[in-house]
Amino acid sequence: MKKYTLEIITGIVIIFFIGVFFIQNAHLQAAAPTGESPWGGADDKAAQAIRATGYEPWIRPLLEPPGGEMTTLFFSLQAAAGALVIGYFFGYYRGRRQRD
Amino acid sequence: MEGFLPPFWCVFWFVVSLPFVAYGIYRLDRLAREERDTLPLLAVAGAFVFVLSSLKLPSAVTGSSSHPTGTGLSAILFGPFLTSVIGLIVLLFQALLLAHGGLSTLGANVFSMGVAGPFVAYGIYRCGKAVRLNTFVTIFIAAAMADLVTYLVTSLQLALAFPAQSGGITGAFVGFAVIFAVTQVPLAIIEGVIIALTFKYIIQSRPDILVRLDVLSEEQVKKISETFE
Repeated sequence: MKKYTLEIITGIVIIFFIGVFFIQNAHLQAAAPTGESPWGGADDKAAQAIRATGYEPWIRPLLEPPGGEMTTLFFSLQAAAGALVIGYFFGYYRGRRQRD
Repeated sequence: MEGFLPPFWCVFWFVVSLPFVAYGIYRLDRLAREERDTLPLLAVAGAFVFVLSSLKLPSAVTGSSSHPTGTGLSAILFGPFLTSVIGLIVLLFQALLLAHGGLSTLGANVFSMGVAGPFVAYGIYRCGKAVRLNTFVTIFIAAAMADLVTYLVTSLQLALAFPAQSGGITGAFVGFAVIFAVTQVPLAIIEGVIIALTFKYIIQSRPDILVRLDVLSEEQVKKISETFE
């Protein structure tokens, strides 16, 4: 394995799936609109399948973010918090190595 | 998915998950007291779950979106029990603030994401290490399977609660697995690749801790470090 083999593989895999995404997206856009948004959540689809059996959820979420924008905000905050921790410690380790 | 599991199954999965989380907390406590210098790595592993599970990625195959889990890294580094604690924290955050996942379904979600997936990842990693499979290939498979198994178990949990009228539990499982697991395949591959890459950086940063956690042997660290010189 060369120095950057893993980086190159990661790049290729991501670019490959972005490519497949665009092809699939073109198909979805070309298909007649079915009323549901393309790229909807798999969890929503499962919920629909369960509802189709006549089942209704027996409790509602305790707190629900008011609106989709707020949901996006919280998800972004979650990602940002995680990224901050990862960056901090990798930077810390790198600094230590360079000092020693 | 709040409220989407009938009360019996909510309680059932809470009971099943509880011992794993309890033992995980015990292990976490011991780690925090005896091996304090591994804690930054634990924070990174936990943060990884935070980041990856917050991303709703479009799955190139099925035209729907789903979340990666990110639990493979922590399962390989710290084992499945500590990972179930991390899973609990992330799922609690999402259930309380995002109405995502749900409190009633928390036990079921902790089992699929925090117990089943990490156990499979840990098992694969240990087997791969025993038969001396390439470390990064092993990590890729382990991390990808942690993701995939999580959603297979979710499908099974839903199938147990909602057996199909024709086909019973198996029929329902196939139905849910088509929705969840097939969508998950590309995400699992991407997740596996990213975690394998991250592992390279961890080996470069703190090989000593990896040896101490018995993730890699001295000899493996030496060999891997040489290939990246």
